[in-house]
Amino acid sequence: MSYLEYTVKTVPTGWRKVLYLNWPLVILLTAVACVGFLMLYSVAGGSIERWAEPQMERYALGLAAMFLVAMVPIWLWRNLSALIYMLALALLVGVELFGTVGMGAQRWIDIGFMQLQPSELMKIALVMVLAAYYDWLPMKRVSHPIWVLAPILLILLPTGLTLIQPDLGTALLLLIAGALMMFLAGVHWLYFAVVAAGGVGAVYTVFLSRGTSWQLLQDYQFRRIDTFLDPSTDPLGAGYHITQAKIAMGSGGWTGRGFMQGTQSRLNFLPEKHTDFIFNTLAEEFGFVGGISLLILYVLVLVFCIIAAMQNRDRYSSLLTLGIGLTFFLFFAVNMSMVMGLAPVVGVPLPLVSYGGSAMMVLMIAFGMVQSAQIHRPR
Amino acid sequence: MRRTPRDTAESSRKITRRGLMLGAAQVAFAGTLAMRMRYMQVEQADEFRLLAEENRINIHLIPPSRGRIFDRNGRVIAENENTYRITMRREDAGDIDDVIRRLSVLVELDPAEVKRAIEEMRTSPPFLQVTVADRVSWESISRVAVNAPALPGVTPEVGLSRVYPQHENFAHVVGYVGPVSERDLARYEDPEPVLRIPRFQIGKVGIEAKFEEQLRGKAGAKRVEVNAVGRVMRELDRREGATGADMQLTVDSDLQDYIKARLGEESASAVVIDVENGDVLAIASAPSYDPNKFVRGISVADYNVLRENNHRPLASKTVQDAYPPGSTFKLVTALAGLEAGVIGPDDTVYCPGHMEIGSRRFHCWKRSGHGRVNLENSLRDSCDVFYYDLALKVGIEKIADMGRRLGLGTAPDVPMSAVTDGLIPDKDWKRRERGAEWRIGDTVNASIGQGYVLTSPLQQAVMVARVATGRAIEPRLVRSVGGVETPSRGGGTLDIDPTHLKYIRKGMFSVMNSRRGTAYRSRIALDHMLMAGKTGTSQVLNRVVNSKEVPWEHRDHALFVNFAPYDAPRIAVSVVVEHGGGGSSTAAPIARDITLQALFGGTPPLDAYPSSDRGRIEAQQQEIERIRRERAAAAAAGSRA
Repeated sequence: MSYLEYTVKTVPTGWRKVLYLNWPLVILLTAVACVGFLMLYSVAGGSIERWAEPQMERYALGLAAMFLVAMVPIWLWRNLSALIYMLALALLVGVELFGTVGMGAQRWIDIGFMQLQPSELMKIALVMVLAAYYDWLPMKRVSHPIWVLAPILLILLPTGLTLIQPDLGTALLLLIAGALMMFLAGVHWLYFAVVAAGGVGAVYTVFLSRGTSWQLLQDYQFRRIDTFLDPSTDPLGAGYHITQAKIAMGSGGWTGRGFMQGTQSRLNFLPEKHTDFIFNTLAEEFGFVGGISLLILYVLVLVFCIIAAMQNRDRYSSLLTLGIGLTFFLFFAVNMSMVMGLAPVVGVPLPLVSYGGSAMMVLMIAFGMVQSAQIHRPR
Repeated sequence: MRRTPRDTAESSRKITRRGLMLGAAQVAFAGTLAMRMRYMQVEQADEFRLLAEENRINIHLIPPSRGRIFDRNGRVIAENENTYRITMRREDAGDIDDVIRRLSVLVELDPAEVKRAIEEMRTSPPFLQVTVADRVSWESISRVAVNAPALPGVTPEVGLSRVYPQHENFAHVVGYVGPVSERDLARYEDPEPVLRIPRFQIGKVGIEAKFEEQLRGKAGAKRVEVNAVGRVMRELDRREGATGADMQLTVDSDLQDYIKARLGEESASAVVIDVENGDVLAIASAPSYDPNKFVRGISVADYNVLRENNHRPLASKTVQDAYPPGSTFKLVTALAGLEAGVIGPDDTVYCPGHMEIGSRRFHCWKRSGHGRVNLENSLRDSCDVFYYDLALKVGIEKIADMGRRLGLGTAPDVPMSAVTDGLIPDKDWKRRERGAEWRIGDTVNASIGQGYVLTSPLQQAVMVARVATGRAIEPRLVRSVGGVETPSRGGGTLDIDPTHLKYIRKGMFSVMNSRRGTAYRSRIALDHMLMAGKTGTSQVLNRVVNSKEVPWEHRDHALFVNFAPYDAPRIAVSVVVEHGGGGSSTAAPIARDITLQALFGGTPPLDAYPSSDRGRIEAQQQEIERIRRERAAAAAAGSRA
């Protein structure tokens, strides 16, 4: 409806849209993906076929999806937001009933050509529905308790469903992303202060529940927290991973040990070296220089999103772009904190670099929406 | 629902403000990550690099090969031989059971060992080599090598193990090696890592133990790169170790072998010393055992046979056992008397066959008595009463002092295991150890080498060597270590009047060469090789028992010491035959044969023996030759098995 406000005449149509794409963002994303290909080639011991090639194929597919999504007017996406959210929610429930558990955590549904993780889809759907909600909600009601409760429910529903999968990492990501979306929309400070206080209380309660009949986290989750707090308590068990990961990263030094020369990853001391811990391989082989370069690429992507959001006068586009930038930020910030020993190991991949389909696909579609918001912004 | 423009403007202001705040927070967090990265990769880089190197580099020790041991003529006493074992690797073998079945057709496998190996293969990483059969013959290894294509994952491995080609001849001298035990490790404060290598051998007893450090050598090492599960990826570098030092002993294998054959089935021991420099030419204890059995791991049954044998094959009788020296000790008492000036060579004592001291009667071995005896005759006839009388005049302190000067009472410094001090008693000793006063009877007993006096066969040989030369001869068993000569120790003058020594030697000469001498029947008939010696019979029970009727273990020990040739002494010999009866009848002939063998460096001509004995001796020589040949053949067969 609000598309009526756009001066439709000034919005590019047909193939001219391609010219209005944010090409620097495309190049940035491709650069990040290329770092991924390089590292996947390295950790496979110089084999393209093993990980790099499938990853390239997925990236190509993702790129195509991004263009396709970008061509679709942003208002259409806004109008679909609620529907997509409900679909993602339905899939989360479905996966709980019919899904398959892989690698101890995230559940997925096999949809033929790829394995779909509804929780990944939810990350973007939640941002969409919240952006649409606050686009719809008049400004003066934003901090009204009733209208604050609704988005909280929108957030807690999928968070709860992922938590029981059990996938603590994604659940936390959803919770933080949702809360920050509310913050961006302008919900009053006081709510956040209350929630922060409640959060501290909740964490305390969770720790209090340990070992009791109403234990709130699984044992392995508690152990992960223990190990995070002091990896040396279990150097050969769960602490082994994080210890080895830190050794890999630290031993890289300034310029690294050279491409395909990282002993930690090449000799398999590094766990999950092609997925969650791929950043350590990069840091080991290319050192501080390599690690900081990727971090700068990520920050640039983030800054691009923020600038695009600032420039966009459409509330939905602006919120969505910020939200997607935020999701992207949470991905790399949590992953990097985790592999550097700053956060517990929760199983969050490094965006566009870690080997894996769902996350990359979802992110590329999300960036397609960012592009769409750019192309179809009111001028 | 339409929104007013103001609303839009307000909302976009709010989004801009909060978006920038959040953006700033995000970038700040990224900055934190960068700082953390810098801290780990720049400031802590060295620590982490070290940890990474520790992860990937393993040090594998290369065991050094142990130094060899030779006799004085360069004949091998201990060396190393290649041993072969068959190993298997699960990842290459595929179907373990199938490969084992095929292997068992070619090589005899121990079912227990195979069971253990399969278990180990199933539980350990697939690339680990597991020993399936140890100490396999060369023929078996060849068969395995030829059939290699049918035996995937099976590899013959070669190692080194100690072997003693002379088998039992030097078991008591050289000892043996065995796998390193916890007790061995406990002996070191900081055990060398090489000792932790599986199958590494360490000296357990004898020279192998005493010279462990020198014989062992230095381990080499190779640094290899391993992956997370321990698989070796490549060798980085290698430092060669150093072979252990070779040793040369003073012993003569041929003489030792002869002595072993000559002692035969007796529980006996013999020592031959070169009086010139103290070199121990032979030091043999019989019966003996095959040290190779201990290296391979002796079975409980075999060990019990050795342990329960009443001839005590495990005992190193030459140095470990001390016997009352009996009449051989009269040399000491006589020399003490001469040095004290209480008797001269021509002073005589009347021997009625016994002597009353206090209320006790001490008998001479010859109940009918020797009549008037002087020093020379007292040795020749081994008259006890002469020495009872002498002992009363000299006193125990001077006798004990002379015993010590002749090398008795303290352990000879030879690198063998359990070397005994023996015992030269005196008043202090008795008070200290027995808590009783010395009595006159003790002196009387000691004067003829009974009572408390104890000497080992090696000490006896040293004693005779000292009497023969007048110098403080010390036994030397090791000629060189790693090519460095071990100097002879001692050899300085004993500070005993040479004429006094001459009187003693003259007496020992009469023992052998006077028609009335106790060992006349065991003399040497060649004028330039005449022997001088002294018989001894040491009581096991408190009376002289040499009858064949009493049980073996109650019979007296037969002792004999001698040097030869009389004019220019070259060797000193000591023989003890446990429960052999009389020194003159049992020990002396053995000592004579050993002396001749040593002086001739081989079988002596028959004219070295008294003419009446030559027929018997010839038969005996042939018999010993036969025994030595048989033993050599058995040994050769044994080492092939």
